[in-house]
Amino acid sequence: MAVIRKKEKKETPALSTSSLPDIIFMLLFYFMTTTVMREVELKVQVKLPEATEVQKLEKKSLVSYIYIGSPTRALAAQWGDAPRLQLNDAFRTQSEILDFIAAEREKLSEADRPFMTVNLKGDKDVRMGIITDVKQELRRANALKISYAAIKVMRSDNY
Amino acid sequence: MADIAFLLLIFYLVSTTMNVDSGLQRMLPPMADPNNTQTNQVNKRNTMLVFVDANDNLMVQMERITLAQLKDKTKEFILNPNNDPEMPEKEVINIDLIGDYEVGKGIVSLQNDRATSYDMYIKVQNELVRAFNEIRDDVSISYFGKNFADLSEEEREAVQEAVPMRISEAEPRDMTGGK
Repeated sequence: MAVIRKKEKKETPALSTSSLPDIIFMLLFYFMTTTVMREVELKVQVKLPEATEVQKLEKKSLVSYIYIGSPTRALAAQWGDAPRLQLNDAFRTQSEILDFIAAEREKLSEADRPFMTVNLKGDKDVRMGIITDVKQELRRANALKISYAAIKVMRSDNY
Repeated sequence: MADIAFLLLIFYLVSTTMNVDSGLQRMLPPMADPNNTQTNQVNKRNTMLVFVDANDNLMVQMERITLAQLKDKTKEFILNPNNDPEMPEKEVINIDLIGDYEVGKGIVSLQNDRATSYDMYIKVQNELVRAFNEIRDDVSISYFGKNFADLSEEEREAVQEAVPMRISEAEPRDMTGGK
């Protein structure tokens, strides 16, 4: 007759830590390759509006950014607090959008140019006047694909 | 060695930002050709005028409404369920995978004042997109039994053809009287 015998108690061996550095290195390389350093220093305060129906912008290399908002507190003394545009890393005027778009388009390969997207990062407290001006300038530059940057919220609390 | 790796790892962990850019995507209309004075006239019944004034009040077809009403109003306009002669016309188009479908010709025209707040403008845009997304979801479920987001590429294109998102951001108007 078969008898099921209980196994003898064994002590669990200590976990080997010799592979730990390898794991750490792997993680390190992962983060090193995926990290994108912020290229521009924000000179305007941008508090994005909220929306529920946002879509993700897929290819970051195809996206150009236009920031619209009041200058940050440190720069307000010099520039005042009226809303301004920031392209790359400096304040710009509307008339410089055309050159900016042309330069950004030049960076992309021929095949990617029709898919160029302009991401408008507008502060939620700015008025539409400046946004409309930017939009008109973008139409003139023939950069028609735009995205109004917004933070995704599950439910809007408008009501 | 492992310590240095640890240090570097912590540095990259801290400095990595995982934010993805998200936003409401829109196509701007191309600049009007000054030589081409002939504007393509759209039938009046096919346009829904949404106007946001300087005090963030919302008007649809010259009628004050609240933001909460906008989505249903837009859906009603696009679908025109009662075939109201004041609402947009429909045209039967044969679409792959769906078959004959009555595609509405409605266009939502969004206008704003220069003093409208950007926050309100985005909220209005969001409600309009939400209306279209809900219609697309309804169509997707009735034809394919799935939500729009879960459809395959071809099915999605078919639904997009059946429910085109026509939101036009009109030429800016200066309503402040030059202020």
